[in-house]
This record gives sequence, structure tokens and C-alpha cells, in this order.
Amino acid sequence: MDILSLFITVPILTILALVLSKGLKQARLISMVGSFIQLGMSINLVFAYFSERAINSDIMVFVKDVVWYKQFNIHYSIGVDGISVALLLLTSIVVLAGVLISWKIKDLPKEFFVSLIVLSIGVYGFFISLDLFTMFVFFEIAVIPMYLLIGIWGSGPKEYSAMKLTLMLMGASAVLLVGILGIYFNSNADGGALTFNILEIAQVNIPLDAQKLFFPLTFIGFAVIGALFPFHTWSPDGHASAPTAVSMLHAGVLMKLGGYGVFRVAMYLLPEGALDWSWFFIILSAIGVIYGAFAALKQTDLKYINAYSSVSHLGLVLFALLMLNKTAWNGAILQSLSHGFMTALFFALIGMIYERTHTRDITKLGGLLKVIPFISVIYVIAGLASLGLPGFSGFVAEMNIFVGAFQHDDIFYRIVTIISVSAIVVTAVYILRVVGIMLMGPVKNDSYLKLERVTWYEKSGILLLLIPIVGIGVAPLWLSNMILESLQPFIQGLL
Amino acid sequence: MNISYIILIPIIPLAVFLLLGIFNQKIKPAISGYVGVFGLLASAVLSLYAAYQYFFVDGKVDGVYQIFVDKTVWMNFTETLHIDMGIMIDPISVMMLVVVSVVSLMVHIYSRGYMKGDEGYTKFFAFLSLFTFSMYGLVLATNLFQIYIFWELVGVSSYLLIGYYYTKPSAVAAAKKAFIVTRFADLGFLIGILIMGYYTGTFDFETLNNPEGSAILNWASTSFMGLSVITWALLLIFIGGAGKSAMLPFHIWLPDAMEGPTPVSALIHAATMVVAGIFLVARLFPMFYFVEHGFALNIVAYVGAISALFAAIIAITQTDIKRVLAFSTMSQLGYMMMALGVSGYDGHEGVGYMASMFHLFTHAMFKALLFLGAGSVIHAVHSNYLKDMGGLRKYMPITNITFLIAALAIAGMPPFAGFWSKDEILVAAFEHHKLIYYIGIFVAGLTAFYIFRIYFGIFWGKDKSYEHKPKESPLSMTFPLLVLAAMSIVGGFIPFSEFITVDKAGFEAHLNYPLATIAVSVGLVGIILAGVFYKKENNLADKWANIFGPFYKWASDKFYFDEIYLFITKKILFKRVSEPIAKFDRKVVDGTMVGIGNKTVQASEKIKGMQSGKVQDYAFAFVGGTVVLAIVFIYLWTN
Repeated sequence: MDILSLFITVPILTILALVLSKGLKQARLISMVGSFIQLGMSINLVFAYFSERAINSDIMVFVKDVVWYKQFNIHYSIGVDGISVALLLLTSIVVLAGVLISWKIKDLPKEFFVSLIVLSIGVYGFFISLDLFTMFVFFEIAVIPMYLLIGIWGSGPKEYSAMKLTLMLMGASAVLLVGILGIYFNSNADGGALTFNILEIAQVNIPLDAQKLFFPLTFIGFAVIGALFPFHTWSPDGHASAPTAVSMLHAGVLMKLGGYGVFRVAMYLLPEGALDWSWFFIILSAIGVIYGAFAALKQTDLKYINAYSSVSHLGLVLFALLMLNKTAWNGAILQSLSHGFMTALFFALIGMIYERTHTRDITKLGGLLKVIPFISVIYVIAGLASLGLPGFSGFVAEMNIFVGAFQHDDIFYRIVTIISVSAIVVTAVYILRVVGIMLMGPVKNDSYLKLERVTWYEKSGILLLLIPIVGIGVAPLWLSNMILESLQPFIQGLL
Repeated sequence: MNISYIILIPIIPLAVFLLLGIFNQKIKPAISGYVGVFGLLASAVLSLYAAYQYFFVDGKVDGVYQIFVDKTVWMNFTETLHIDMGIMIDPISVMMLVVVSVVSLMVHIYSRGYMKGDEGYTKFFAFLSLFTFSMYGLVLATNLFQIYIFWELVGVSSYLLIGYYYTKPSAVAAAKKAFIVTRFADLGFLIGILIMGYYTGTFDFETLNNPEGSAILNWASTSFMGLSVITWALLLIFIGGAGKSAMLPFHIWLPDAMEGPTPVSALIHAATMVVAGIFLVARLFPMFYFVEHGFALNIVAYVGAISALFAAIIAITQTDIKRVLAFSTMSQLGYMMMALGVSGYDGHEGVGYMASMFHLFTHAMFKALLFLGAGSVIHAVHSNYLKDMGGLRKYMPITNITFLIAALAIAGMPPFAGFWSKDEILVAAFEHHKLIYYIGIFVAGLTAFYIFRIYFGIFWGKDKSYEHKPKESPLSMTFPLLVLAAMSIVGGFIPFSEFITVDKAGFEAHLNYPLATIAVSVGLVGIILAGVFYKKENNLADKWANIFGPFYKWASDKFYFDEIYLFITKKILFKRVSEPIAKFDRKVVDGTMVGIGNKTVQASEKIKGMQSGKVQDYAFAFVGGTVVLAIVFIYLWTN
């Protein structure tokens, strides 16, 4: 078995073991062991990648190709570069943290963990696929369990939220499928055979008309899950109803599929379409950045605040991708990673606060620093990371994005860039507002004085997410070099 | 010169922070105090050694102080742009090391007494160490981005320390305000850095500041709205500096920041962090001076002068002694900005630059002393307000004497430290800009008046009968007072003009007797007036307040700047921007999506009737469809 296919087979084995298991204790133990192995594998992959990279200068390494459906030339084709390696690492960390946070799940634990791991298969598969069709299949595998996870284990108007989320993402998938097929049917433009293989299509000069037509479809198809304004509205409701681990996985990992897909498919395969359309989507993403931040300012539900904050932060990812240069792209990937860790951490903390106080309404909370100091302190740290404080990953990512965006010197780019940069102030306001109301101040409710302290599994979940945030923030060079190296072929495609 | 050991100066407080921060619950308070003090003592010793080595042993080559840099790449942006982390040793960074070390050490020692018994004792020392680390990083920075990074870190330490009493709503609000106002100014700073990086291709101070370098020589190559883009960059960077140094109109956070514990006010909001803005302008001084013939530098001068005047007027009317000192700080910072703004470049022409740094140094000592003295008083009477004080000289002799020394120093009385540095500032202003000189001399008079107003109000004035008899603070608190008092006496005799000049070559400064005489007389008038008003209990002050009537009220209400800001944020940004966006999102954007969903359901409700099961209907549709298609095809065919 090759090093990448293990990322699919290990979760499948975990699921088989889960099916045979009995009760919460066995189920969570199996899931933890399974995700722990996954984490080990992805750490191992980072080292393997570096040593492979030293001797192999292909765009993708650890490539493997098996014909899956001959008639349409569909392959199970996999391979990774620095970008996917980083995202695989993100995924395995968030999944393990999610399992730890769900340690005490009450209803149908077995089924819950199975769905969670099915979801992770979709994500792992998506990140290693080099074949458009296979990639699309994994994309759907990742989205569908979401419906069950929210609809069954969610809270509040869960059926409504689950339905809304699934329908909007499915609608986007439909658009995406048209885009992908459009690319497929133009992949013989240079006289070769029709193919779904990304690396092969990248060599083909897809006609300009086709690029202009299919770029927006592919872009929107992916960007909806990346919370592109105005298609972001599934996210606040979805997050609010989802159980903690699902919010973590969804915001931390699943939403990253959007930016990754835009980058890997829409921009890499349709570069001229990207150049032609970028101004339009830049406007949308810049609106998303500032709009999300302002919308977050007025919310009182912690999950809504974080959902809108994600709209803002992920708007920055799309914004950076559309800047079409290496520095901004590096920033986009770093921002994806950074947001993944941060938002998963936020949702984990929100879950812990909710479990103890039974409310997510910040106006009802107050003085939590005094009663649950560990959770509160980490919340402050996560907040500072989220508002782009140096020393945390968000700063590194944002600065790459801003410096990259500043490389364009016409007035349109200057204006949208300055609008996006301004979001750092609004972000500071909504973060400190929550910290001020919820964590500081006098303790509002006497019953809070007896809140349960943090448990070991919660603590390990939190630290698992915090370490990379600080690690990237303090020593970003190795990661950013790994990403920059992999960006080279994409830049060449664009020029 | 070997500078490798200097990296330890910031590393030690960082280590202390991590140690105290991570093992917060497990360390005994008594131990954490010692860890903090001794950690900083080590840094202070190294700083003083570095200063000695640099200024007296091997910093000079051919009579000119050299710049020593040791750095490594931290983050790559493009082929030319990257962030370095490193240390840069030049006269002003070494001087700042000394200032930060001395004041921070004194504040650490003082805090062991002042914060005794506080439940967050360990946390307090952890934050102090975090701040000191960030401040060292800031002054040692080798490039704009590094300074920005540590700039943000001192900002967050300030936030944490202002909000130290986090259960108190006013402290929470003050912390938030400080962070957000400075963050807003930092937005300007960041955009300035981005512009600077794009047009000059570097963030590096050494490259930027080179008078023969391309950054300075080519300033005119690109312009925007009538000004060079480099001037725009400098002005935006100055906005960042104005935010940290509480210049008009970004000053509103500083008085509120007094909600923090008093040692914090002394360290962060008087002596070190708030001078970061002045340091930043000084750091980029060659750029400010040469680009567009000093256009940006002129703005610095005006902003400084106006802030100095404005704050001094407000200081007279405040009744909370810490707020008086806060406005006093703002006023003195304005003085330093103003001095930089009127400075020339070569030799004696650069006296403004030298004077600004000199005043920064002396001010750090006497203002820290004033704050720590005020803290000692507050510790004794448990109130910040003048009305609760009076006649304390009998109970607190050491605090009284040291406070008097600091007051004389800030009032510019010879031979105390403030006299010498203030004199140089006034010389610079007199030589380069008469209007600013007059503002400066007027502010000097106001300064003497307001500082002796509180001095007499606290230690003389009415003899109050206290519920608990106030007593002198313990040695841990009075020792720093004595050290800083000594510095406030001898600090002025340091020949700054030999060490710190723009061209790094040094010059000989002489006391300008006519100007000094004028300044001292104005100061004396201020002191005497304050004595008449406040030394004995009388109602002269109220009478005069009535004479000024509405103007007095405006001043005591701080000219309504807070209200203006509140209006903009609460009424416009929250009510008119944020709330509508939040509603728009739920009602319009989401409404449309939900609407599409509902319409789909409705549409399918309607057309499902077509599946009626009646063969006649199907036949009709079939025939009708065929006819329509036939027409379309024939139409297409014939065209």
C-alpha cells in the first residue's frame, strides 16, 4: 500500500472496527486510535515529503495512477505537493481534536463517529486526488455526512439548518459539475484524448471562450463552500445547529476545500479565465471580508460570531487567490491552515462553554475568566490569534496576503486591498467585545461559580490545536518555503 | 563590537514570561516576584554593560558611532521583501535599552510591595515580563516589519495590564479602548509599511535611512495626489506613532488607561511604551528629514506642539491625580515630537533630535517617579482624587521629597534633569520655528503650574483628618523612588549631545543663558501661582475657574473628544453600519436564498398537477409540443 492510499484505507478500517464495536467507550477509543494513527501518518508524510522533494522535482510526488472507469478515462490518480501535505496535516489534527472533544457524546455514539470519519475520508481523498472526477466524488463524500451529523446530533432548528446547508452545497456542486465537465470536454483541445487528470489538462491550451465560460462556474462551485459572499448564508445557521465536533471539522477543514479547489482546479486549469474574471470575484471577496467582520460585530450568539468571522477570514483566502501572485497565494494557503486551526479551536471552546453554561448568548455570560480560567485564557489567546496578533499564525498569513495584494499598483487593487486591510480593526473590535462581555467583568450568574473545570480530553484537544497556531506564528519559514516551492508551477501556468 | 550577548536582554524576560505564564497556578507568589525581579536585573545589567561598551569602549570608529546589526530571515515575501528578526545596535537603541531596563527594574521592585496580596500576583509579573520583552524587541528592531510585530505585542501587553483588574467594568472598557484606538492608528502604520515596502523594495532601516540610498534619493519618482508616495508612507507610519504616543486626535485612550495598576502606568503609559511613537519617528528620522524637504516632519512638529498645549490645558482641570499625570505625559510626549519636528540634520543643526532623545530619557525617569510616587500616595489613602488628599508631607516624608524632586524636574528647574533637556528643546524650537517656540514656552509655564497644583494639593493644602492614618510605604516601594529621584537629579548632567545625534558624530552643546533664563522664569511663575492657589486652603482656584467659565468646563470635559468618538463608533458604526449589515444578511441575502428554495417548492407544487394521469392531457401536451418544435425547426431551417 502506498503512503497516500493509506489515508483512505486507515479510516475505512476504523469504520469497520467501529461497526463491530459496542457502546460509547469502545467507539470513542477506536476513533481516537484511528485518528491518532492518521495524525502519525500525516506527520510522517511531512518528513517523507521533504526527503522525496530533495530527489524528485516533479510537480506532484508519491504519484499513483489506477484506471477506474476506462470509457471516460477516469482514474484513481493521487499525488501530493507541499500544499496538500500541509492541508492533510491540518485535517488529521482537527479530526483527532474533534474526536477528543466528542468524548462524552450521548446519542448514538457509534453512528456519530462513523459519520465523522466518513466525512474525513472525503476530505483526505479530496486533498490527494489528481483526477477531477475522483476529486468530485470525494467532495460529495465529504458533504453528505454533514446532513446527517447536523440533522441528527444538532441542536436548535437542526432539520432546517441541515437542509439549508446541504441544499446550498448541493446546488453549488451542480454548478461545479458543469464546470468540471466543461473542462473535461475541452481537455482534447490540443489533439489528445479527453482526460480528467489535472496535470495533463494543465498542459493543454483550453480555448479562451471555454475558459471564460467555465471559470466562473468552477469558481462559484468551489467558493460556496468557502463562504463566498453572497453564498455564505448556509454557514451561520449550519454552524449554530451543528454539534461541536462537526462545527470544528466543517469550519476547520471542510470550508478549506473551497479555496483549495479554486486554486487547484479553477485557477490552475483555467488561468486565462481567472485573469479575465478576477476583478469581479475580487469585489465579491473584498465585500465578504469587511461585511463578515461588520456582521460579526452585532451578533450575540457565539457561534454566529464565529461563523461570520469565518466569512471574513475565508473571504481573505479567496481575495488572496485572486491576486494571482506567489506572495498572496502563499498567504492564502497559510490563511487556510491558520483559519482551520483557529476556528476549530474556537468552536471547541464554544462547545465547552455551552456544555457548562447551557447558553451561547454572550449577554447572559460574564466573568468566565474567574470560574473557568483555562478555557477562558485559551479563548483570549485564540481571539488574539484571530485578530492577527504577531506570534500567531494569522499574522503571518495576513501579512503575506497584504504584501501580495500590494504588488498590484493600479487604483482598483489599491482600493480593494485597503478595504480588506481595514478589516483588521473591525476584527479587533468584535473579538475584544466578546472577551470583554463574556470573559471579563463580574460573574453574572451565581450558578456559574460551580462550573466544572476543564477535563484531560478537552485540554489535549485544545493544546493539539493551539500548538500549530503558535508554531506557525513563531517560526513560519519552513512551512512557507514548503508552500512557496509548490507554488512555482502554478505561477508559471499563469504567465 | 561583539553584540551577540545582547540577544539575551530580550530573551530573559521572555523566558520569565513563559515560566510564570505556564506555571501560573503552581508557583508561589513570593517566588514569582523574585523570578521577575532577578530576571530583569540580569537584563538591566546586560543593558548597562552594552551601553558602557558601546558609548565608551568600541562603538566609535573615527569619531562616529557605528551601527551593528545581527539578523536572520524570518519570513519571505518576494525576492526583495522579507521580514528579518534581529538586533540593531546604534545610539538610540542602546539608550532605549537603558531606559527600558532601569524603569522596568524599578517598577518590578516597586510592584513587589504595591501588588502584595493581590490574587493575580504571578500573572502580573508574567505580563510585566511579556511587556518588557516586547519593548526590548521593539527598540532593537532592524526593520519596519519587526518593529510593527513588537509594536503589536507591546500593545497587547498594555491591553492585558490595563485590564488587569478584569472584574471591574471600567478597567475592561479602558483596556478595550486602548487596544482598539491604537489598532486603528496601527492600520495607518501597516498601510504605510506596505507602501514603503512596495516603492522602496525594502523594510530595512539601514537601507531606508541611507541619505545616499535610493529610497531617499528617489522619493520624487512616484506621486499621489500631489505628494510623493514616500511622504504618504511616512505620514501613515506617523499615524501609527501618534496612536501609541497619544498624540491628538488618538490620545483618548491614555487617560482611561490609568485604570491599570499604578506601576503599569509608570512603566508603560509614562516611560516606555508611549515613547515608541517618538522612537519610531527618530528611527526613520533621515527619511522624515530628506523626503520631500521634510514635509512629513513639519506635520510631526505641528501635531506635537498642538498636543503638548492641548494636554497641558486639560491637565490643569483634572481632579484625579493619575489623570493629571496622564495628560502631563501626553503633553511631554508632544514636546518630544515637536523637538524632532524642528530638528535639522548635521552637527548642531540636529539639536532638536538630540533634545528629543534627551527629554525622552529624563522624562522616563521623572515621570516614572511621579507615577510611582502617586502610587505610593494612592496606596496610603486608597483614593485617586485630590479631594481625598492633603497635608501628606507629615506622614510620607520620602514620597514627599522624591515627588518634589520629580515635580521640579518636570517644571524645568535647574539643576534637575528636566531643565537641561527642556532647554535644548526650546533652543531647537527657537532656532527653527518661532511659533512653536512660543507654544513651547507657554506649555512650560502650564506644566509647572499643574504639577505644583497636585504637589501642593497632595502634600500641603488642607490638613485632612484621615480615617486610617496614612503611613509611608515599605522599602520595596520607597527604594525605587529614591533611585529614580537620584536619576532625576543627575540625569541632566549626561552629555547627551556627545552620544546621540543624527549624524552620530556628536557635538558640543552649550547652555543658552537667555533662553534658559526665560524658561526658568516662566516655570517659576507657574510654581508661584500654584503655591498661591493651592498651598494653603482657599477658594482662589474656584474663583478663577468661574472666570474662565465655559472654557474651564470644556477643558475639564477634555474638549469632548471622547463624546465625538463615542458618537462615531456607537451611533454611526454600530447603529448605521453594523446593525443594518447584520439585518441585511439575515433578511435580504439569506432571504433570497430561502426564497429560491421556497419558490422551487411552490413551483413544483404547481407543476405537479401536470402529472394528472389523464391520457388526454398527455396527448395534448405531446401534440402541442411537436407543433412548437416543428415551428422552431422550420424557422431555423429557413433562416
